[in-house]
Amino acid sequence: MNEKNDKKQLLAVPMGLWAAAFVGLSLLYIIGLSLLTKGEGFSYSPPITLDNYLRLREKQYISSLLLSLRLAFYTTAISALVGYPFAYFISKASPKRRVWLLVMLIAPFWTNALIRIYGWKILFYANGPINTLLKSLGIIEKPLKLLYTEGAVLVGMVYGMLPFFVLPVYSSVERIDWSMVEASRDLGASPLKAFITVTIPMTSAGVMAGLVLTFIPSVGLFFISDLLGGSNTMLWGNLIQNELLKSHDMPFAAALSVVLLAMTAIVLFIYRRQGGEAESMVY
Amino acid sequence: MQEKPLLSLRGLRKSFDTQEALNGLDLDVYKGEFLTLLGPSGCGKTTTLRIIAGLETPTEGKVYLEGEDITDLAPEKREVNTVFQNYALFPHMNVEKNIAYGLRMRKLDRKTIKQKVNEMLHLVQLEGYEKRMPSQLSGGQRQRVAIARSAVLEPKILLLDEPLGALDLQLRRQMQLELKRMQKQLGITFIYITHDQEEALNMSDRIALMRDGRFVQLASPYELYENPVSAFAASFIGETNLIEGTVSEINGDELLLDIGGKTVRANNKDWVQQGQKLCLCVRAERLRYRRQDPGHNCLHGKLVATHYTGSDRTSILELNTGQTVISRHTTEQEEKVNQGETVCVWWDIDKATVVIDDRDNAL
Repeated sequence: MNEKNDKKQLLAVPMGLWAAAFVGLSLLYIIGLSLLTKGEGFSYSPPITLDNYLRLREKQYISSLLLSLRLAFYTTAISALVGYPFAYFISKASPKRRVWLLVMLIAPFWTNALIRIYGWKILFYANGPINTLLKSLGIIEKPLKLLYTEGAVLVGMVYGMLPFFVLPVYSSVERIDWSMVEASRDLGASPLKAFITVTIPMTSAGVMAGLVLTFIPSVGLFFISDLLGGSNTMLWGNLIQNELLKSHDMPFAAALSVVLLAMTAIVLFIYRRQGGEAESMVY
Repeated sequence: MQEKPLLSLRGLRKSFDTQEALNGLDLDVYKGEFLTLLGPSGCGKTTTLRIIAGLETPTEGKVYLEGEDITDLAPEKREVNTVFQNYALFPHMNVEKNIAYGLRMRKLDRKTIKQKVNEMLHLVQLEGYEKRMPSQLSGGQRQRVAIARSAVLEPKILLLDEPLGALDLQLRRQMQLELKRMQKQLGITFIYITHDQEEALNMSDRIALMRDGRFVQLASPYELYENPVSAFAASFIGETNLIEGTVSEINGDELLLDIGGKTVRANNKDWVQQGQKLCLCVRAERLRYRRQDPGHNCLHGKLVATHYTGSDRTSILELNTGQTVISRHTTEQEEKVNQGETVCVWWDIDKATVVIDDRDNAL
């Protein structure tokens, strides 16, 4: 029996090598890099120092971190509030309509995300469609400043992340055993009470997955804030991008990346702990 | 039963798209009764139950609880609770919370809830299982939690949708007795669904036999067994021989039936007409055979096979009309008959009933 297991484990070797080479080694490389000092151009060299991390105490980095977390939090919250009813609606639709709704949700992925965000940029221009429409309706006299605001970034991020919340929630709503909901009504729960006490807890695994899948990428996104927020919204991702492409400071960019990775790891750790419970909730 | 019915169904109809699930049901259920809806799958039992629970709206007809029209009342407002076929226990709540769910919805105080839950746990013999999750329980235990969760609300009627369907035979038998005990102890009216005739006979005060969205017969288990109204009712319960014949003469309380040229006597029924084709229902354990002609009420045939099952012997006989009949009898004091031998098949006149032949007009 052990022999059999040993042979089966051999199958995991290629995957292990892959992970070691492309995840493990690159991770070590970045951590090592973050401890070195910038030289000429893209170069770097010893001495080994913690200076790159100590620099992070500066105000601009702290405020960038807080801004990133705040925007990621709002993005996740709005995606959840919009996405849950949407996912519920899709799974309750007739099979034929369900396919169409899912296609509509997924279709944008066939176009490059960057190009889609450029589309939003055009919408937000001072003389763009939104301002033109509002003006022609007489709602505003002067064009609103839409582009290069935190609001514009938030809209872009929710737009980009929404499918990542909707899809896992949709699949968990679809698997609900509706007799549970009927049972709760039968036992005296109003439709709202049944929804809160039975439907939501029974889809909690999907909600948790959706929250994590939305939150983690949101913290590290840089091109949406770059295009829609300009220099007004310096997110953590923008910092990394700037250090790398403008200052050519590879070690400091590495240190910023390590912090981002650490934040991701913390969220995943919380998810695993909660997710473990969430999984046992579904049978 | 002269008292007022607890629950009344009047002219209940239900159609799904073009499919007729219920075809006009009328039913009165009395307090403290154990009523079983019995029938093959797709006969409308579950739809009837769901309409009583409020989980389905009838296309036509009314539901009255204690004389009050509850047809359009939401399920949470009815004093009726359901034990679902798959139990539908909440997987994210432990046993205690599952049972307390309905009480919490009624906003009772914690102490009362705790006390009622404990009483219920005692009744279903699950003390000590409070903190277990449904996934950690056996089928029989889940079943008890499902019953406790509904019964703790002291509903006027408890609706049970094939609650024993998922259990193995031994556990079923045990749970049948236990359910009956709980029903007596709680004093709650039970409306019970099953497609298992043995279960229905064992437990019910009355059985409503259903077919194609209609009641075929509504009677006590004894009545249903002794006096089935139709060939369908006769064949659904017990092991039955339905011998086809034509009415050749009606003499007051007595009929003469022509069965493949042989004439036999049978007790008359008020619906019988001269020349009518009908079935004579003889239960397998009441059909006898022997070598010698008893002189009256006998059909000729031959023994095809016998199966020995310990206490019983089942014999398969072929009548001269070509029809196959079954006879079941105890192995004591039997006359030895060889396979292929010609025999006389006979029965006691009072132990046979004529019934309408409704076997083919299924919708």
